[in-house]
Amino acid sequence: MADKKKTDQQTVQATDAKGNPIISAPPSGWRVIFREFTHDKGAMVAFVIMMFIILAAVIGSFFVPQSRYTDVNIMWQWARPGTDGLILGADESGRDVFASLIVGMRNSIGIGWGVAILIELIGIIVGLCSGYFGGWIDNILMRITDFFMILPALMIQIVVITIVPKFSIWVLITMITALGWMSTARLYRAAVLSQAKRDYVLASKTSGSSSFKIMFFEVLPNISSLLLVDITLTFATSVGVETGLTFLGYGLPDTTPSIGRLISYASDPVNMQNYPWSWLPATLMLIILSLSVNYVGKALQRAADARQRLG
Amino acid sequence: MWKTILRRVILMIPQIIVLSLFVFILAKMMPGDPFTGLITPQTSPAQIARLRKEAGLDNPWYVQYVDWIGRALHGDFGMSYQMQRPVTSIIGERAINTLYLSILSVVLTYLIGIPLGVAAGRYEGTWIDTSIQFYNFISMSTPGFVVYMLAIALFGFALGWFPTSGSISVNASGVIGTIGSRIYHIILPSLLIAILGNASIVQYLRSGIVDNKLEDYVKTARSKGVPERVVFNRHILRNSLLPIAAFFGNVITGLLSGSVFAETIFAYPGMGKLFIDSVSGRDYSIMTALILLYGILTLLGNLLSDIIMSIVDPRIRID
Repeated sequence: MADKKKTDQQTVQATDAKGNPIISAPPSGWRVIFREFTHDKGAMVAFVIMMFIILAAVIGSFFVPQSRYTDVNIMWQWARPGTDGLILGADESGRDVFASLIVGMRNSIGIGWGVAILIELIGIIVGLCSGYFGGWIDNILMRITDFFMILPALMIQIVVITIVPKFSIWVLITMITALGWMSTARLYRAAVLSQAKRDYVLASKTSGSSSFKIMFFEVLPNISSLLLVDITLTFATSVGVETGLTFLGYGLPDTTPSIGRLISYASDPVNMQNYPWSWLPATLMLIILSLSVNYVGKALQRAADARQRLG
Repeated sequence: MWKTILRRVILMIPQIIVLSLFVFILAKMMPGDPFTGLITPQTSPAQIARLRKEAGLDNPWYVQYVDWIGRALHGDFGMSYQMQRPVTSIIGERAINTLYLSILSVVLTYLIGIPLGVAAGRYEGTWIDTSIQFYNFISMSTPGFVVYMLAIALFGFALGWFPTSGSISVNASGVIGTIGSRIYHIILPSLLIAILGNASIVQYLRSGIVDNKLEDYVKTARSKGVPERVVFNRHILRNSLLPIAAFFGNVITGLLSGSVFAETIFAYPGMGKLFIDSVSGRDYSIMTALILLYGILTLLGNLLSDIIMSIVDPRIRID
């Protein structure tokens, strides 16, 4: 186990400017990432925006009365922003756009996190088994991964969602996960491969640790910085996939407030030109969320990659 | 060379078999059967039962699978439920539109991507590189359909520069008029696809140039006194362009998956739009055929990439 710490620190520069080895212990992987991240001003801005949107959506949705985004109100049909205290106006059925936006953001963010966590779980398990055992296990798992890569994901998601007899939010989450885990699994496999032949693994094997223990308690902590990076980027992708499916009409049902449904108001040219308040805020919100989350992810990636560190 | 290609093609066969099995299972899960398209209100239940028996739907699943594959290999995917016509001819009509859109998109992707990649790699670390990197970050991070939507709202409706739907205008006449109208209809979607989809080309080209700059042969050329322009064009650029060529297959694959959104939003009558239309019309025979077709096209795209790669880079050939 002492070796474990050492490999974690191999990427950290171990000499000072004159080439003398630094005596004091270099900072650990997570601390380096944190320091790198806080030094990156753009990343901090993106992080603040991302957290603001997520918190506003999650906390804000508690204060929005359900009737604002579910009840049909003819008096408010296509109400302009500002009338009757409607910040962003109302949609075709007189539902408050601002309330729908807040709750829709929360739904999309929730699904996005759900999918991201499931994808990381699958990715870690497949990647660890594939990279650690190698041989025929690796071969089989990678052929399965390759097969999933060639499937037309969007089409299969749509077809399954339409033919499933009882549609629920879990069907949506399962379908996005089922066709989105492949690149994550490959990423973890590559990382595990670079660890599998290291001394600490061999030492642990020699002293009789079970494969399970080596995989999950020794290899996994050493590649854990990947998790932070990949879960962020996967979250951003999943939100995009979910809103895309909902936009096409095969994601969240029409009665559930969602970003995708708000954006899809724009698919009718009349709405697009006459009622921009129904779709433009959701569109911009999705773009801002995607950009900020991806930026945070990329910054974490840079921070976790020793070659790209700012110093 | 040929050995590598042959080996690669043989490796594809099990993938196609598994893909077809998967699509077959999906098709079996869908309501309806291969001749739903033949049933009209005049058809009696007895006739349907006879049809079912004749079509072999009472056979075990593996017999049905082999039959289905046999028909699919002959280009017979059954009848469209909605349009009462063979699925193959419907897809054929739409495929040509998707082909036009894809060709222009690929051309534009490379036309925009290569200069940007060259500029970013050549002026690495300067503001040019930084802005290209930032642009690529945005193009990769933004969900495509949102950009299509905003572009159609801005350039299609607000400014009126481009048509907002269809593949050809009704009153286009003559050879030039027809071709012109077609191009006019696909220019905005394909430009957007190219702007959003060139990130991988730019990044590969950039890192290729950045890596090659430090190679020994470049240093040798410089120390021989070769002019900088020639060093860059002959030695650095030429070697960096090779992997980009191999990206061709992957670009096509990416286009296919993107076509559903682009075609739906631009109401362009291609295969992606056909798929969405057949889903909303519950036209299962078309859905099945399109999924199989897209899967096989993706496989062919990957195959193409690998073949080009093994031609331009002999190191990866398998012996």
